[in-house]
Amino acid sequence: MAEESVKLLGYWASPFALRVKWALKLKGVHYEYVEENLPNKSPLLLRYNPVYKKIPVLVHNGKPLAESLLIIEYIDEAWKQNPLLPDDPYERANARFWAKFFDEKCVPEVMGAFASKGEEQEKAAKARENLKMLERALEGKPFFGGDKIGFLDIAVGWIGIWGRIVEEIAGVSLIDAETMPLLTAWLNNFLEVPVIKACIPSWHELLEHNKGFHKILTGSST
Amino acid sequence: MAEEVKLYGTWSSPFSRRIELALKLKGVPFEYIEEDLSNKSPELLKYNPVHKKIPVLVHNSKPIAESQVILEYIDEIWNNNPILPQDPYQRAMARFWAKFIDEKALATRMKANFAEGKERELVTEEFFQQMKFLENELNGKDFFGGETIGFVDIVAIVVAIWFPLTQEVLGVETFTEEKFPVLFKWIRKITEIDVVNECRPPREKHLAYVKARIEGLKSASK
Repeated sequence: MAEESVKLLGYWASPFALRVKWALKLKGVHYEYVEENLPNKSPLLLRYNPVYKKIPVLVHNGKPLAESLLIIEYIDEAWKQNPLLPDDPYERANARFWAKFFDEKCVPEVMGAFASKGEEQEKAAKARENLKMLERALEGKPFFGGDKIGFLDIAVGWIGIWGRIVEEIAGVSLIDAETMPLLTAWLNNFLEVPVIKACIPSWHELLEHNKGFHKILTGSST
Repeated sequence: MAEEVKLYGTWSSPFSRRIELALKLKGVPFEYIEEDLSNKSPELLKYNPVHKKIPVLVHNSKPIAESQVILEYIDEIWNNNPILPQDPYQRAMARFWAKFIDEKALATRMKANFAEGKERELVTEEFFQQMKFLENELNGKDFFGGETIGFVDIVAIVVAIWFPLTQEVLGVETFTEEKFPVLFKWIRKITEIDVVNECRPPREKHLAYVKARIEGLKSASK
């Protein structure tokens, strides 16, 4: 077979790029990683993702693809080993449903709490409410994917790291072990999976980076 | 085994009508339940406790929510007349454009409809850029799906039918054939298809409905 070329345009501090990295690693796909120097987006990035101009972008044999969850589904279909999405169509629909719920209902609320100056507690409360709902998808399984991690685990898992960063910087509580025992247990297990753990950026660097971000978002001037 | 397929929807929702279209394209018999959103049925609340929205497909008592998730499920369960392409990259691109329509184009269109002054100008320009991106995707094909309608066409019916109708009610002329000749050619072609017309709101009723909604929104914001 002709030699494959797989390139990932990403950013070290992006959880969306991390998701894609996790997917590639789980599949054992060799890829070239290109670090984008955000906010100075490269001409390559702008050419490969003219619609959104964002990372991550996967380029497979010259063909670009954007939007992290779509990229992960593509990776799952292009490389058949170690399937990420379940076999059963109904379970697949559930995985897609919850990934969408997470991106649309949990992530903006968490970002809202992080970016807020004065309303962080209210926004965090809303985030907690929605995060708690994710436990319905765990239903007494160790991972969203069942006995081993899958699509939904890698879609949601980054909240274990970034959530703690937001908690520390914004002074809020997001993932509460008492009210979210299943989610807490799942996160602890997920983040210990060797392939997952190996890709996580340095906690200290992420914290410092996000502290700077937080200052900008909440405005250091009134 | 007797299949039980139920669709909970509303006659005026593009998200609901696209599911009807997919089921009809596949020749799947289904029971349709019209929901009154001001008085949601206990079944709807039971089948979609997370969002409490239509459409919801119930297949052999198993509920699926979120229209694009439902469309993918339908395509996987009933493989005749495929909606998504076979090739993984083309599938990913179909998902990309469908997501773009539902997440970007719709929101921008709404903003453009209600914005005023300078903001209106800027948002309308953004809308034009988005429609250009979409138009370029047709790239000489009759439909986004090629020779027959596919996933993107089904999702884009909201652009073909709902956008011009809302424009008519508002008395504006921004989304025109002059600006988007290729897109309007596609609109003409897709609205000639019998089954598409079977799954669209009746025009007069739709006009009256959109008028009332817009009036309602305008007075609510005063």
